[in-house]
Amino acid sequence: MQRLSSALFLLGLGVLIAAILGTMQLGNVSPLAGDAINAAAADQVGAANFVTAVVLGYRGFDTLLELTILFTAATAGGLVLGKRRKDARRDPDSGFILRAGADLFFPLLLVVGIYIILHGHLTPGGGFQGGVILAAAFFIPILARPGTSLDHRLVSIIEGLAGAGFILIGLLAMLAGEEFLTPLLAKGQLGTLLSAGTLPLLYIAVGLKVGSELAGLLAHLSETEASD
Amino acid sequence: MDTGLILYVAAFGLILIGSAGIVLSSHLVRIIFGIALLEAGANLLLLLATYREGAAAPIIVDGRVPLTMADPVPQALVLTAIVIGVGILALALSLALRVQRAYGTLDMREVRRRLEQDIADEAGIDMPSSADAPQAVISRQEGQA
Repeated sequence: MQRLSSALFLLGLGVLIAAILGTMQLGNVSPLAGDAINAAAADQVGAANFVTAVVLGYRGFDTLLELTILFTAATAGGLVLGKRRKDARRDPDSGFILRAGADLFFPLLLVVGIYIILHGHLTPGGGFQGGVILAAAFFIPILARPGTSLDHRLVSIIEGLAGAGFILIGLLAMLAGEEFLTPLLAKGQLGTLLSAGTLPLLYIAVGLKVGSELAGLLAHLSETEASD
Repeated sequence: MDTGLILYVAAFGLILIGSAGIVLSSHLVRIIFGIALLEAGANLLLLLATYREGAAAPIIVDGRVPLTMADPVPQALVLTAIVIGVGILALALSLALRVQRAYGTLDMREVRRRLEQDIADEAGIDMPSSADAPQAVISRQEGQA
């Protein structure tokens, strides 16, 4: 009975989707806000990457709230999984290839992650993407050697400082008489590393926060004792 | 067939497959994978909302401004949505881990039955059942309790 109603629901969803697909203008949709942003972003925000200009310049407050969602997910994950029993059985160390690969990849991922965070306002990338790469850099060694662990206290300190830094930059804009999270400082020359005002600083905070949250969450997930 | 239509069909197909995984399967990990597929389809659809054939990425490289640029707004939305999706996926998997540890199974029908049993035992009441249920079903449930 439940199967039948599920199948009927799916059939309805499929018909609905087909109907929507039939009425859709495929391709060549003229974006309303996008063209205006593309025309004005270089002067208003000063970031060569307009996606970054949108993420941090035009809708920085949204980004702050999205970081809050990630923070909630990471906190809830830690809460649900709880602390590991002291006498719990650990997985054995992984094979030679993963261990050697983890050692080789750690510095590479670290450099790539930091590069992507720092160049977020110039090239595709930024705090979110670089943060995930940083999290991977710290998570792969844990996969290779299940005995080692992440210092969760340090991770939460970094996370808290990064989040506070993001809000602090936003509040500084209010002190300067602007709206919350308005980009400050000199815009510099378009396309250079030191440009776009406070945007690179905000992205560093985002990168550290995303990286530490995801690394902490994944480490929690891998540290839980295997079920007996 | 032009690229736009293929991409739209792919996005809606992913949404449909993800929904099918959520409603049709009773294994918790498969349900979570269904959510991940649904999310991928939604992200693709969001990007396609302002898809333009042949538009360049909205980035100025070496001072050259491309003639037609893609819309940066959906890209910015999807950028954060993907990272949040990873966080949600990890949270869902950790909840599934707890379910597995508490009930020893990931089959949702079994978990639901055990959950109702636990609630009924805790409150000292009978298992929830319909007044119109056949007598055989009711006696079977009482036998299990």
